[in-house]
Amino acid sequence: MVRFGSLARLVVIAACFVTTLASAAGDGDEQMDEAFIDPDNIPSLQRGAKNFINYCSGCHSAQYVRYNTIGKHLQLSEEQLVNNLMFNAVKTFETMRAAMPAADAERWFGTPPPDMSLIARAKGADHIYNFLKGFYIDPDSPTGVDNRVLAGTSMPHVLWELQGYQKAVYSEITDENGTTYHFDGFEEVTAGMMNADEYDDFVRDTVNFLAYIAEPIRSDRRRLGKWVLIYLFVFLVIAWMLKNQVWKDVK
Amino acid sequence: MSRIEAEVGKPQGGIMQWIDERFPWTETMKYHITEYYAAKNFNFWYVFGVLAMLVLVIQLVTGIFLTMNYKPSALDAFASVEYIMRDVEWGWLIRYMHSTGASFFFIVVYLHMFRAMLYGSYKKPRELVWLIGMIIFFVLMAEAFAGYLLPWGQMSYWGAQVIISLFGAIPGIGEAIVELIRGDYSISDITLNRFFALHVVVLPLALISLVLVHIVALHQVGSLNPDGIEIKEQKGPDGIPLDGIAFHPYYTTKDLVAIIIFMMAFSGVMFFAPDMGGYFLEHANYEPANLTATPEHISPVWYFTPFYAILRAVPDKLWGATMMAVAVILPVFLPWLDRSRVKSIRYRGWIYKFALTCFAISFVVLGWLGTKPPDTLYTIAARIFSAVYFAFFLLMPYYTTIDKTKPVPDRVVYHG
Amino acid sequence: MHEEDVDRIDRNRRHFLTVATAVTGVVGIGLASIPFLSSLKPSARAQALGAPVEVPIGTMEPGEMLRVLWRGKLVFILRRTEEMLRRLPENLNRLKDPTSAIIEQQPDYAANATRSVNPEFLVVIGSCTHLGCAPLEDFEVRPSDNWNGGFFCPCHGSKFDLAGRVYKGVPAPSNLRIPPHRFVRDDLLLIGLHTGEA
Repeated sequence: MVRFGSLARLVVIAACFVTTLASAAGDGDEQMDEAFIDPDNIPSLQRGAKNFINYCSGCHSAQYVRYNTIGKHLQLSEEQLVNNLMFNAVKTFETMRAAMPAADAERWFGTPPPDMSLIARAKGADHIYNFLKGFYIDPDSPTGVDNRVLAGTSMPHVLWELQGYQKAVYSEITDENGTTYHFDGFEEVTAGMMNADEYDDFVRDTVNFLAYIAEPIRSDRRRLGKWVLIYLFVFLVIAWMLKNQVWKDVK
Repeated sequence: MSRIEAEVGKPQGGIMQWIDERFPWTETMKYHITEYYAAKNFNFWYVFGVLAMLVLVIQLVTGIFLTMNYKPSALDAFASVEYIMRDVEWGWLIRYMHSTGASFFFIVVYLHMFRAMLYGSYKKPRELVWLIGMIIFFVLMAEAFAGYLLPWGQMSYWGAQVIISLFGAIPGIGEAIVELIRGDYSISDITLNRFFALHVVVLPLALISLVLVHIVALHQVGSLNPDGIEIKEQKGPDGIPLDGIAFHPYYTTKDLVAIIIFMMAFSGVMFFAPDMGGYFLEHANYEPANLTATPEHISPVWYFTPFYAILRAVPDKLWGATMMAVAVILPVFLPWLDRSRVKSIRYRGWIYKFALTCFAISFVVLGWLGTKPPDTLYTIAARIFSAVYFAFFLLMPYYTTIDKTKPVPDRVVYHG
Repeated sequence: MHEEDVDRIDRNRRHFLTVATAVTGVVGIGLASIPFLSSLKPSARAQALGAPVEVPIGTMEPGEMLRVLWRGKLVFILRRTEEMLRRLPENLNRLKDPTSAIIEQQPDYAANATRSVNPEFLVVIGSCTHLGCAPLEDFEVRPSDNWNGGFFCPCHGSKFDLAGRVYKGVPAPSNLRIPPHRFVRDDLLLIGLHTGEA
């Protein structure tokens, strides 16, 4: 029924052209490790929730997120919720506040720690994953560390006990344009409680949880979407048959 | 055909007669639906008008429900959107429908406009239909722009800052106009509040009225078709165009199929990629507006980027703004720029086909360039494609005159 | 086959498909309207704000009344004196619903002679069942007016006794509503959660 005119084809060609241009131009962003999160992995989310409460919620709020929502999606009983996650709250319907008052935070760090409700949607999961792995020793910084992903961050290396401390290693490249430094990687200075793989998993779970709270209904919408598409497909078949039947008149 | 008509056109008594004596219900239905004759050879390109109406309805309905929970104040706006996304039952669905609808509105409208360029729908006697359509497009741009400020995210704020600043380029009165738009010395709570009023009352009312006028004007002259033939010139003994078929039931059933396919695409985005990789909902807009820091990379939403690329291609504030405005307005003059004797691309020569192809490519590429950071290479490309864009319109009176056209048949081409 | 037969089959088929399309479409629109209608229900925030309210009642004197808000509704908590309780049965034949027969007006644990869990404490929603005004207290006993103390609505003159039961001959149709409540301890009342529920 649908016949593409020659011009329709040209538009398709134009679209292909743009795609080619886009892929040729590439992205200038520095290579980042992929976080490989899975927001449908409930045990990972449960661990991530615990990590968040233990290591992040002292300073960071998630002011749009209610504990009972987390409990429901992460399959936690009310008792588990209260005993494991609700250190800063009394009622399950409360939202996740930080333990530390924002005014104190601003005095101590110079800038209030950002709210975490939407951070994964604003920055991307990979960004946070690399940020949490990217602290390195910098004696000039007031916190003693700087970060590869967010230079000059006022956040201290909260997870140092787990990861240990690392330093950034650069190689000097001298050519006709002068000397430039190329980042080669991190080197461990003091060991933490976790080895590198364990720490990666720890950060991955935490980032997974942050991605989850950024859009708690993500799996709901995907599940509903499948049913909507199935319904539309059935409707399409019926409507298509009706259209063909009616159009039999048209000679 | 006669069978169907016999069913629809049978005389009605009782309540319908009572109404018809007081309000032209049956007459209106006949004129616009059951006895509105359109050519039987409509193709794929002819579904976007009805799809635009569908999206308008989706935006109106979801918009009303969003308004029930949204708070137009700088202090509460961002939080109230998150409130809709998290605390209001099904609020996320309604909000995603509205945000997805915004982008689909432009997809559909751009394709609808391109259809007119393919088949010469804007040519005599449909100039007024085209002009009203262009006004609808301008209002739609204003509506989308006002709506984009409402979530009060970083992109909302800084995008509005950039676009409103454009009016400052007008010599002499620019600054005064900018203050009049903002109602303040910078974009603030006051600006947000008035943009809300524009977005939910003034502009939707204008859109609805203009769409009605657009359809009435179209039905006065009748729809064109992919062959660019006036079907009213070949009528049968019953006064019905020989190539015409009634809008109902033929195009109602055909459009329904199109609507369902469209809804599948719409649902695919809404349920599985509502951000559309940051093109439909931009990442930076998940941070509340911060008056002290512009996001690293700022660009308008994709549907404005072709014009934005033209703006950036010109290294002068006043001229950049002027060129952008001209680029937006130029299509208005198509009915008079196009001197071709035929309407449809099917019977035009290679020159017009080539020109329209270049135009389509330049529009899409400009759109892509507008999302990119202002890099030297990108700027050069933007200048080249801007030139193509303008050349398409400005050289049109010339190349449509010399273009060799093919003879147009009396009857439409239809393969059954 | 004759042309007429083809015509008839086509017409039947078309009729069937028209109905099938219409039904599928209406079902779809019906299903799609569910989210929109559901969005009108109290949101998670409204539910959080409407959570049960704790009221300390340990320091209330007999005859004292507290006004608290629960879900934006005014709730009266009256600690009735022995005399108030003793006079309650005197009103019976002048009441519209002396036995609390209208079950929506109170939880079943309050459908008794004193309309309470603990006879000393009356817990009622301070909203006249006529048109929603807040009744005023009038606890003074005036035998000349046949008045044993109770509540009086300033809007349209409805009268209720000290168990929140409506008198005959006034516009209010039913007794004052009793909210879900429970005594967590002797000195702590929780409004919004039923007695005996988890």
